[in-house]
Amino acid sequence: MRYFEDIQVGGAVVLGSHTFLADEIKAFASQFDPQPFHLDEAAAARSQFGGLCASGWHTVAMWMRLRIEWGRRDDADRRARGEPNAALGPSPGFRNLAWPRPVYAGDTITYATEVVETRLLSTRPGWGVIFSRCTGTNQHDDLVLSFLGTGFVERRP
Amino acid sequence: MTQLFWEDFVEGSVADYGPRLVTSEEIVAFAAQFDPQPMHLDAEAARATMLGGLAASGWHTCALMMRIIVDGFLGRSASMGSAGVEEVRWLKPVRPGDLLTVRATVLEKRASNRRPDRGSIKFLMEVLNQSGDVVMTLRSPLMIGRRPAGDAG
Repeated sequence: MRYFEDIQVGGAVVLGSHTFLADEIKAFASQFDPQPFHLDEAAAARSQFGGLCASGWHTVAMWMRLRIEWGRRDDADRRARGEPNAALGPSPGFRNLAWPRPVYAGDTITYATEVVETRLLSTRPGWGVIFSRCTGTNQHDDLVLSFLGTGFVERRP
Repeated sequence: MTQLFWEDFVEGSVADYGPRLVTSEEIVAFAAQFDPQPMHLDAEAARATMLGGLAASGWHTCALMMRIIVDGFLGRSASMGSAGVEEVRWLKPVRPGDLLTVRATVLEKRASNRRPDRGSIKFLMEVLNQSGDVVMTLRSPLMIGRRPAGDAG
């Protein structure tokens, strides 16, 4: 990860893709979102979703996993080039999360992120905040997820 | 148990759901699957970070909140999902051994213009720990089915 000062607005990064299988949709839902349309094909078919679909929290948790996996690969590439890596701090939250379309069993979601704003904080010297538009798109190019994420990034020492 | 419809929710009402214990095993298991950063995986590594010790992923706190409210009221409601979340703030770390409750406030009810069979309920969810600290806030509209005609409720 680049230091805060070297991060520029723009330039969408594709993080990776994940195919949501029925078993994993049900496993996540049974733990965290046990509603019929996330657990049972027949109940889901009767619902307004029309078919078994993933909990929105599952869809967004997968964004996070692919973001961290991408970050590890990016850090390794930078190390190989002799470039330093900034620490990524915890996030204070997110805004404007939308789930415009369901993620159905069998859908492949491609996740991406794009920096939209960077900001310094007087309260946290040594860290800056980056705001990113984070998205998920299915195999038909339909948007299934978008949110404005925030995260702390270390400043250049 | 009677099902809750959109008509049954009252603006301004506040209700608490839970409590739910959060174990270090669960924190690590969720993080390993969805948020594999050292601060959510390993107590030693977490001490060196801004969180100062092992803490749950904020996404895990969201997922736990969801489970608490599905068990608490949404599972017996005519729930039709949600189009999204306006805002989440992760205010304080969630530590192993924390006991979480969710305080749900109905901020606003709105009937759907285009679909007479449903309406939206805008909630403020506050996740509290055992000390009464608010560890997370969430604002989101949920879509709830309206009482069918002829249903005496």
